[in-house]
Amino acid sequence: MSTDYKPQSAVAKWIDKRLPLITLFNGHLMQYPTPKNLNYWWTFGGILTFCLVTQIITGLVLAMHYIADADLAFSSVEHIMRDVNYGWLLRYIHANGASMFFIAVYIHMARSLFYGSYKEPRELIWIIGVFIFLLMIATAFMGYVLPWGQMSFWGATVITNLFSAIPVFGESITNWLWGGYSVGSPLLTRFFTLHYLLPFLIFGLVILHVWALHVPGNNNPEGIDVVQGSQDTVPFHPHYVVKDVFALLVFMIIFAGFVFFTPNLLGHTDNYIQANPLQTPEHIVPEWYFLPFYAILRAIPDKLGGVIMMVSAIAILAFLPWLDTSKVRSAKYRPLFKQFYWIFLANFLLLGYLGAQPAEGIYVIISRIATIYYFVHFIIILPVLGFVEKTKPLPKSISEPVLSEKERAAKAATATA
Amino acid sequence: MLKFIKLLVVLIITVTSSQSILIAAEIHEPMRPYWSFEGPLGKFERASLQRGYQVYTEVCSGCHSMDLLSYRNLVQPGGPEFSEKQAKAMAAMFEVETGPDQDGEMFMRSAILSDKFVSPWENEQQARAANGGAYPPDLSVIVKARPNGADYIYSLLLGYKDAPEGTELDDGVYYNEYAKGMRIAMPQVLYEDGVEYTDGTAATEEQMAHDVTMFLTWSAEPKLEERKRMGFKVIIYLLILAFLFYFTNKSIWRDTH
Repeated sequence: MSTDYKPQSAVAKWIDKRLPLITLFNGHLMQYPTPKNLNYWWTFGGILTFCLVTQIITGLVLAMHYIADADLAFSSVEHIMRDVNYGWLLRYIHANGASMFFIAVYIHMARSLFYGSYKEPRELIWIIGVFIFLLMIATAFMGYVLPWGQMSFWGATVITNLFSAIPVFGESITNWLWGGYSVGSPLLTRFFTLHYLLPFLIFGLVILHVWALHVPGNNNPEGIDVVQGSQDTVPFHPHYVVKDVFALLVFMIIFAGFVFFTPNLLGHTDNYIQANPLQTPEHIVPEWYFLPFYAILRAIPDKLGGVIMMVSAIAILAFLPWLDTSKVRSAKYRPLFKQFYWIFLANFLLLGYLGAQPAEGIYVIISRIATIYYFVHFIIILPVLGFVEKTKPLPKSISEPVLSEKERAAKAATATA
Repeated sequence: MLKFIKLLVVLIITVTSSQSILIAAEIHEPMRPYWSFEGPLGKFERASLQRGYQVYTEVCSGCHSMDLLSYRNLVQPGGPEFSEKQAKAMAAMFEVETGPDQDGEMFMRSAILSDKFVSPWENEQQARAANGGAYPPDLSVIVKARPNGADYIYSLLLGYKDAPEGTELDDGVYYNEYAKGMRIAMPQVLYEDGVEYTDGTAATEEQMAHDVTMFLTWSAEPKLEERKRMGFKVIIYLLILAFLFYFTNKSIWRDTH
């Protein structure tokens, strides 16, 4: 990142000569030229960073008090809730933080899908993002197991059992994962270890994600390249630092609403019952953020097939930059894609709804149709659209549509006057 | 901005309603009495918590343990807030096994504030043997472990009715409108004047159910009052800060077209 920053003080000069950290931060967090037309959907990158850091800090303190043992885990969590100073606050932030993290990541991804942020030259940013999403899923799932409530235990049982669908080696692999012949203490301790490790891997990927972003620079709502050295960009600080902080504060208000006033709304009541291997809950439901993928898993009548489809539903995202054949990025200039985008989103929400329903009767049939549509969107609709869609003419630069809108407003004002 | 709030609302509604539909299909919709601890500034009624402890010890504790509570919790702010003297006397009514002493023998002594609530059973097997095979669940977090929490517990305690004609009940199974499948292994335990409240309150069934449910809500969520108080401050602080940042942001962007 080019920067005209020159260290002033003797200390800054001394450090910068040996390790140009200050110059690096100055270039990437202060002067970084950012398209001036980014809307509020672009604030979720910053919000997600906040979520990750919050989860790591609260998780670190929780880990100081938590005991990863099948006999003690449940009561150690209650010990945190009752006896540790502000333990209840840390745990409720951490538990609701996972939900807020997923709300933010889904919005972030939906924004990318709408404005074509995954397209050339930003394919790697997107693919790294898919890996971050995968790690988030793994981390959240293992985290949900740690309190060792009924849903923790049976969720872990259902998901680890999926590995037994692998032909020939399935059972050996499952037993190897469990460290025994059923879900118990060995699995809990390794999940705890991995739950501690993965967020740091996510953190590493986030650095790559941002690095890859800062090479071509941000996409923007118009989906066109910025004209170098023009009025199209503004420095990241203060314009986007302040805007991101404002959006973050609004996000935090909603977050605080959950934490302080309805901290258990997004959880399952069964998870306040200690795990009991002899008593299966009536419905084993994953956390809300997994429901769409859970619906896909259950839509397939074959276990192995279900697992393959569920994994493919996420893996297919990594191929999106090549499945979408249109050269136009933003849905603003793609009238047909725009409609299919909203249908896709509605279908995804429908899958989420179906994931919470019992797998019987009409729900199974709708799940199957919705699952098929999910894949059809990526495999058929997106590739074909690129060839058949008549896109709207793109503006010459970011400044043009902004100015012309202003001019229109000015004209309208004079007309009414 | 408005659009993404809309989407967020839709998302939250989809998630929560989908779960409540699931629950509603299985369980009789419980009564919804007024609870002082609901709402953003809700608090427990101190006197009700104290009466609730009395109902628990005199009625429930014969079968139900509360393993996560200690007698010291009865003194803590945000709870029943008995005086230390009262709580010590309450603890002293129970005996706990401790030791070993110098001869390697275990011995009994009166419970003190730091002791956990004494369980009525040695273990689950003993509890089942004494209750026709049914296990009376621990009540420490029961309010958080059941859909509709306090409303459900309150309704269940008052839900005992004569079984309608033609309903067959096995031995040791009772008819209760709010239990799953209308059947429950716990008999009706609250009868008018079943306890004699020390503060002179009339011990109607509703009063006792109300008090003990309040007590169980506190035991499941002992930091509820502190949480809501802090939440109120946090949100006001965030609102003011957001307000300031909104205008700072506006002024920074004023000259960018």
